[in-house]
Amino acid sequence: MPSPDYKRVDPPEGYTQPGLFATSLDKVVGLARKNSIWPLPFATSCCGIEFMATMGAHYDLGRFGAERLSFSPRQADLLMVMGTIAKKMGPVVQQVYVQMAEPRWVIAVGACASSGGIFDTYSVLQGIDLVVPVDVYVPGCPPRPEQVINGFMKIQELVGNEPLRRRYSPEYKELLKSYGLTA
Amino acid sequence: MENKPIIDILQARFSKETIVVDESSDILTLTVDRNILHDTIKCLKEDPGLQFNFLTTLCGIHYPDAPLPLGVVYHLHNLYEKKRIRLKTFLPDTDPSVRSLTDLFSAANWMERETYDFYGIIFSGHPNLKRILNVDYMDYFPMRKEYPLEDSARPDKDDRFFGR
Repeated sequence: MPSPDYKRVDPPEGYTQPGLFATSLDKVVGLARKNSIWPLPFATSCCGIEFMATMGAHYDLGRFGAERLSFSPRQADLLMVMGTIAKKMGPVVQQVYVQMAEPRWVIAVGACASSGGIFDTYSVLQGIDLVVPVDVYVPGCPPRPEQVINGFMKIQELVGNEPLRRRYSPEYKELLKSYGLTA
Repeated sequence: MENKPIIDILQARFSKETIVVDESSDILTLTVDRNILHDTIKCLKEDPGLQFNFLTTLCGIHYPDAPLPLGVVYHLHNLYEKKRIRLKTFLPDTDPSVRSLTDLFSAANWMERETYDFYGIIFSGHPNLKRILNVDYMDYFPMRKEYPLEDSARPDKDDRFFGR
């Protein structure tokens, strides 16, 4: 019987000896985090439909450890904003972001969430980065599921390589302060 | 139900100058002075020969070059006779106010708030005249023609790339 071809995550850089493996805590924590991201879908329009396809069997975001969507911001790691955000909804997005526990990441999926898209008008927020800090922008109107997955993998890269000190750094506090939020 | 009896009843009640009749389209259209607008609609609703008992819609309009640039258009419906009627009234932009219809039709409440929200038309006597659709902190009336449709808060839009 052939041995099953298990997919394994490569171990982080480190010092290996028989019965011993030494590496930095950052890398171990990053490895654990990036393969178990719980996304909170904030889907308001057609990009949300693409996200449904992304979660479906054909594309299956579960392959990236994001099987478990969190519909409560309290347990979510990643806020996925997919769709047009009206100005009236801006404070809602911000409140959802505030309710998420650190460390938290944000991905703006599609032209509307990234820049307002075609809705360059008085009632639409011209990109969610006016209310919350965004880590990855996915272009497209709407983006295909492959693009959503690509954006998600970029988030995984950020999560895996983030130093544990980042969220306590003065730069990060300054970033939150520029959005009127406190760490 | 024909147009003539409606016009006769109204013209017997109000002076001819204050109601301009237009029958050129398939809906009877009256352009009414704003001072008698409320009374005209009250008459249309309550007169036993008219019975326009349903306010279909109400909205604002802006013709920036007209002597009276702002307007409100009302559509009424007589559900017994299946007859519709349209009323228009025009207002100066220095004092865009007209009497509220909320005492006649409860449905006018939100429609007048919407018209205030987008055109800044003041409906005197309205119980709760504040914005209904736009954000509360908005400081202009976006459907008036002097305001650009595009959001001016967007720094990435360079006119040269849009042929202007």
